[in-house]
Formats: sequence, C-alpha cells, structure tokens
Amino acid sequence: MNEASEIQTRQDPEIDFRQLDDIIEGQFGNDKENLIMILQAIQKQYNYLPKPALTYLAAKIKVPVSKIYGVATFYATFSLEPRGRNIVSICLGTACHVRGGDRVRERICETLNITDGQTTPDGRFTLETVRCIGCCSLGPVVKINDDMYGRIGSDEVEKVLNQYE
Amino acid sequence: MKIESIQDLEKIKQQYSSGLYNPGVVKVNVGMASCGIAAGAQAAYDKAAAAFEGDKDVLICQTGCIGFCEAEPLVEIFADGKPRVMYKNITEDRILDAIEDYRNGVSRKKWILGQLRDPRCLLEDDVDNPVDKVEPYEDIPFLEEVPFYKNQVKVALRNCGYIDPDCIEQYIARKGYFAFLDALKNKEPGQIIDIVKASGLRGRGGGGFPTGIKWATCAKHEGERYIICNADEGDPGAYMDRSILEGDPHSVLEGMLIAAFAIGSRQGFIYVRNEYPLAVKRLMTAIKQAESCGLLGDDIAGTGFSFNIKISTGAGAFVCGESTALMASLEGQVGRPRAKYVHTVEKGFRNSPSNLNNVETYANVPPILLKGADWYSGLGTEHSKGTKVFSLVGKVKNTGLVEVPMGISLKEIVFSIGGGVPKKKKFKAVQTGGPSGGCIPEKYMDLPVDYQRLAEVGSIMGSGGMIVMDQDTCMVDVARYFLDFLKEESCGQCNPCREGIKQMLDILTRICQGEGQEGDIELLEELGSMVQKFSLCGLGTSAPNPVLTTILYFRQEYESHIRDKKCPAGVCKKLFHYEIDSEACTGCHVCARKCPQEAISGEKKKPHVIDQEKCIKCGICYDACKFNAIAIR
Ligand SMILES: Cc1cc2nc3c(=O)[nH]c(=O)nc-3n(C[C@H](O)[C@H](O)[C@H](O)COP(=O)(O)O)c2cc1C
Ligand code: SF4
Ligand code: SF4
Ligand code: SF4
Ligand code: FES
Ligand code: FES
Repeated sequence: MNEASEIQTRQDPEIDFRQLDDIIEGQFGNDKENLIMILQAIQKQYNYLPKPALTYLAAKIKVPVSKIYGVATFYATFSLEPRGRNIVSICLGTACHVRGGDRVRERICETLNITDGQTTPDGRFTLETVRCIGCCSLGPVVKINDDMYGRIGSDEVEKVLNQYE
Repeated sequence: MKIESIQDLEKIKQQYSSGLYNPGVVKVNVGMASCGIAAGAQAAYDKAAAAFEGDKDVLICQTGCIGFCEAEPLVEIFADGKPRVMYKNITEDRILDAIEDYRNGVSRKKWILGQLRDPRCLLEDDVDNPVDKVEPYEDIPFLEEVPFYKNQVKVALRNCGYIDPDCIEQYIARKGYFAFLDALKNKEPGQIIDIVKASGLRGRGGGGFPTGIKWATCAKHEGERYIICNADEGDPGAYMDRSILEGDPHSVLEGMLIAAFAIGSRQGFIYVRNEYPLAVKRLMTAIKQAESCGLLGDDIAGTGFSFNIKISTGAGAFVCGESTALMASLEGQVGRPRAKYVHTVEKGFRNSPSNLNNVETYANVPPILLKGADWYSGLGTEHSKGTKVFSLVGKVKNTGLVEVPMGISLKEIVFSIGGGVPKKKKFKAVQTGGPSGGCIPEKYMDLPVDYQRLAEVGSIMGSGGMIVMDQDTCMVDVARYFLDFLKEESCGQCNPCREGIKQMLDILTRICQGEGQEGDIELLEELGSMVQKFSLCGLGTSAPNPVLTTILYFRQEYESHIRDKKCPAGVCKKLFHYEIDSEACTGCHVCARKCPQEAISGEKKKPHVIDQEKCIKCGICYDACKFNAIAIR
C-alpha cells in the first residue's frame, strides 16, 4: 500500500440503506443480472464502493459477497477505495498516445506527485487513465469530472488543474 | 401518438420534412455530439438559445455530428429560399456573429466550411431537394465538394448531423421506420434474411462475419431468442459507434427491430460502454419515444409482434466486446470469454440463441431493405460490399469520421480526405483494426479497403479506427503500447495470452529502454506465433498483430533501438536527446520561456543551447519551436 491510499483508508461513510433500496430494488428490481449497473449506481452515490453497501447488496440480490468482489475487481471502473473530490481521467487511447498523451500524463503525475490510481493526500485529486473516451479528434484528451479538455499541451496542465478545488 | 401503418409514418414525414428543409425561420443547427460539446458546442448553443429566446425568426436546434471533427463546433444555418451554410469553429464568442453574418448575406468566408448542395439523405428520393432552385453563393464551395466530403457516401451516417437525435419525428421525416413497418407488414422473416444475405453486408464490429448468415443460423435454433447490439466500442481510437448512437439512435433501434422480426425475438439488449454517457442518454430518450409511438413494446402496429429493448452499461473492460464475454457481462457476471464449441447463435445470453451485431451493422439494415440488396451490393468490392465508417485520427490534418465505399484506397482516405500529415511532417504508417490490427506502411497505401486485402498485409479492417502515424511516432513504442493495453485487458484465464503477452511486453519494454539484445526480434516472433495459435479468444489470437506487423515493416527501427541504442523518432527517452541546431535557431527564445526545467538558455537572437543535465525530455520545446531548430539525436 502506498502512502497516499493509506491516508485515504478512513472510515466508511454513513450508509443510508433506504437510498440503497431505491437503487437496488427501485431502479433495478433486485435483479442480479443488473449487478454491474447497480454497482455503477452505488459508486455514483458514494464516489466508490463502500464495504457495508456491498454486504447489503449481496443479501438483497442473493449473490455471495465474494462474487460481488470478483465483479467489482474485474471491471476497471470500480473502486473499492474512496476517491478524491476531483477525478482526473487521462486518455491513453491510441489516438491520444500518438499525439503525446503520455507526456501529458507525466506532467500531471509530476504536478500532483501521484501515479495512476492514486489519490493526493489532501483528497483533492484522484488520477485515472482511460483508453479512449471517443473524442480522439481532440487528442490528447484529459477529462476532469465531467469537463473535457482537448488538444491539451503538457505546458497547460498546471493551469487546468488549478481550476479545481 | 400511435403509429400503426405506413400511412401514419407518411403523415409525420410530410409534416416534419418541411421543418427540416423549409423551416420558415432562420434555423441554426449546432452539432452536439460529445466531441462537439467538448470543443465548445454546448456553450455556443446556450449562448444562442438565450439570445434568441422568444424570437420568432430564429430557431436554435441541436443535431448530432456531421463528422468533420477537426473544425468543431460546426453550426449549420439555413432559411427558406437561401443556401444552407455550414460554419466551422463556431465557439461561444462567435455564434452570434455567425448568425448575424448569415442573415446579412454571408461575408465571413473564413468561417465557412461550405454550402450544402443537397441536404437530403439517400432514402429521400421522393422529396424535392430544397436547395435545388436556390441561387448558390459564388465563391463558397459546396460542402459535398470539399476534399473531406468529396468521396464519402453516407449510408450508416445518413442522418448524423442533419436531424435532432432526440426527435423521432425528424428521423421519420427522413424515411425512418419505413423499412421496419414495411418488413413487418409486407414481408416474411425468411425474405428479410434473404435480402440481408444478398446485400453482402458483413459485421462491422471487427470480425466481418456475413450478417445474413448469422441471422439465418440464429433463427434456426429453437428457444427464447435474443437480439443484442454491441456498443462496447473498445478499440481505442475508434468512435463511429458513439457518433451513430449520439447522432441517430433510432437507426440502430430500427435495425434491431428488423433483426428481431426476421429472427423471431421478443427482447433486445444494447450493451454500451459507460464511457459514453451521452450515447446512453440519447438511446434512452429514443427508446421511450419509440415506445410511446408503439414502435417498440407489445403488439406493434397491431400485428401481434412484440419487441422490447433494454440498455445495459459496461464497466471498462475491453474483453467484454468479445461476444461470449459480452453475454456473460450482460448476465451480471465477470466478463470472461468461453470457448465457442457451441456458438452464441445457438447458446448465448441466458443459454439461449442470441444474435449479436455491432451498432454500425444494425444502422445499415434499414437502407438495405428500402433500397434493395442489389443497390447495396453495387457499392464496394467483390468480397466487401457497401460502405464503412472510419475514424480518421492521430497525425492527420482533417481528423473526423468518414464513410466511404469499400474498395477506396488507403491513400485516398488519409491524403485526399484526411489532407495528409500536418506540420510538414513525414507520413510513416496507418494503423487499422486497433489492438487486433496492424500498422500498414507507405508502400501499401494504394491498397483498397477490403476485408481480404487488409488481411493479406497482416492487418484487419477492424471496427474502423484508422490512426495515422508520422515521423515522430516510434513503431517499437507503438507495439509496446498495444501490448501494454492488452496485458491490462487480458482476462487472464488462459496461459498463452496471459503469460505470452506479458513476456512479449517485457522484451519490448527492455528494447525501449535501451536494453535490447540480439535475438530479441526473433524471440518476439516466436512468442507471437505461440500466442496467436494457442489463445482461447480473439483478444489473444490477434494480440501479436501490432508487434508482428511493425517487425515486418519497420525492422530497421527495432534494429536501431537494439544495436545503436537510438530511437530515431525521439520517443523512447533513454535513447535520444534534444539538441538545438545552431544554424536553424533564430534565438526567438520561445522554447526557453516554455521549458518547465529552465534548461534552455541563450541571448536573444543568438542560438540557444539545452542543458542536458536539466532536460527531462518532455518535448515541449520540440513542439514549440517554429523553425524546426530542435533536433532529435
Ligand atoms: C477482444 C475483442 C473485443 C471486441 N470488441 C468489440 C467491440 O467493441 N465492438 C464490436 O462491435 N465488436 C467487438 N468485437 C467483435 C465481437 O466479438 C463480435 O464479433 C461482433 O460484435 C459481432 O457483430 P458484427 O457481426 O455486426 O460485427 C470484439 C472481439 C474481440 C475478440
Ligand atoms: S485469450 Fe486472453 S482474453 Fe481471451 S480468454 Fe484467453 S486470457 Fe482471456
Ligand atoms: S525537452 Fe522539455 S525539459 Fe528538455 S529542454 Fe525541452 S522543454 Fe526543456
Ligand atoms: S524556439 Fe527554436 S528558434 Fe526559438 S530559440 Fe528555441 S530553438 Fe531557437
Ligand atoms: S484515443 Fe483518446 S479519446 Fe480516443
Ligand atoms: S465532430 Fe463529430 S464526432 Fe466529432
């Protein structure tokens, strides 16, 4: 475990089970075929997948917790650790790669002093890499939360990051 | 509003056709696919919508994307009796001026991409061309004749950029759902399958399997059959499926409906990657609209045929694009492929017969039914019929989505349509087929796009990503890049794929770090052929392609990495350094100001130098120098 994520391993948040019911039962009808979408909805709610929520989910849809963990770790979108307030997704798809996406990543890593998958100790940023977000024509592309930055140069990185608290 | 018959469709078409072509106001169509939005289209739209709120003369609308991504945001403005003009790079600070310009008779020529010769789609031969009798502007080119559009034929992309994707009536106005209702009312399922067979349509998801044969096989197997749409679009650098879903979602729904009727299915699924939130949103809207028109749901148009579509989102696993993994993922499982002794058309999703096709494949089906198999098979080459959409990206001037007839040469796509490589750099290769494909060098650029011909040179058609590479792209690094991608994405259940890819990656990483040894190339080839032969699914069997083709065509680059410890393209950091050419340097100081390490010094107007100790090879100076004075050594 690295330092950054150790600091992040704080207490799980209060889980509002009624809210979970709304997702698991209300939106997805307790159907285990919808497991991936349920996990997405839970992650959207809490920014990651808190353990108590997964235990509760397992009982609700009658799937062993171990299987839920299997699914949650197989798919790249899911995080079992709390993430930062701002999610920086650097595209490393082919089109962005040939246009210097890796150099942008290096600048971001240097500026924030973390690498892929890590969160800054102050919880301000989590860094993720993605493989193509479909805006290849604007490559290299960096997405911060829902904002897309296209044709970003490695010299513009700091200015962009500074806009996020 | 329930739609029960072709007459009902005809009525809607009449009514909305005029809105599309003779709106009675100045109509402003802002291209709002996700890349357009990223380029500033949303802000431009909001600004115009606020400025003209309540104005009876100007209507601000959204459309999908018309493909010329390089010039985004694209805004089309038109009014009755005047030419339709496509403005380019219309950001928030320009949109009001652009509208003003159009109303005042068009003088900002530099903002204009072209005027439309004919805005209709290929299905509307019964509608008059609305600009036929309009006097065109002199000295503004026709959009259809600018090099980017000249050789394009839009079948799958027929509506993208022309209609509001959130409006089913506009889709109907361009002959949408006519093919489906006609098939449902007037054709036998077997007849439909025969038409699709005769058209020669092959799967656009990568494999190129004949669609009609797949449908026929699925229809033969008894059980609850499922129709599934593969919108996982995992090939990094490809985004045609996103563009179709965002620009014309109903074309995919209609294709699925036709498949469902032909095969005999009551339930469909669309598996979309969750990196595409806008596509999901537009699909959901489209499904709701189709349901409320009675085009999806129970007893469609009173025929007794029922069909529903559910959307399911992926979660960032490339391997889930593979058919068996996708179906496992749809069931809420881990997406691991299985051996296909029994095909998914017999036992797929929920162990039932399942027909899986790609987004673009489905979007091609309605025009094939309306215009006939002969028309479709008249486009293309002997073994590759129709058109294919490519996303032309990387080191190319006109990046964007292009739809061309099969058989057109790679050269035409990259150089005529794409405008070649920017900044006077030298073309090196074009990569097709994504991580399963290969890098095609300049000497094969006359090759036609055709399933067989691309395979002959070691690549594949793939799903349509076409990534252009120039002198600054290192081919060893590209091979390493793809293997790194595949190592991350391998599901890990079979040894040759899991271990083989890892070993090949280790070797390539060594080579890129200057630790390559004699014999590495041969070892890569050997491992590659082992992985190809013994992996379980397509991810593994095709994984070595990028390595093997780069060795085949760019062996000298591997050799300079291994023997001379040099990276000629200036990518592998341990194998080159930047130097300023004192002859070419004008002393403009631009590089020095941008260098994050303050590694560059020199007096104004005198040649500058780089302090190699401080330099971290970030490349900022190399990109910044306008005089090509920074050299890779
Ligand atoms: C590793 C792997 C990834 C794939 N990814 C996709 C994809 O993202 N989209 C797609 O349509 N097909 C993908 N395919 C191909 C599908 O398995 C399948 O052949 C296709 O969806 C069938 O539809 P089609 O016949 O219309 O092409 C992939 C195949 C493999 C082996
Ligand atoms: S070839 Fe690779 S991705 Fe495919 S099943 Fe085997 S390990 Fe998984
Ligand atoms: S490569 Fe980067 S660090 Fe090196 S001199 Fe150029 S700008 Fe400075
Ligand atoms: S940008 Fe180029 S020309 Fe200007 S000082 Fe630097 S190396 Fe010399
Ligand atoms: S490769 Fe980066 S957005 Fe597609
Ligand atoms: S302009 Fe359209 S997808 Fe980019």
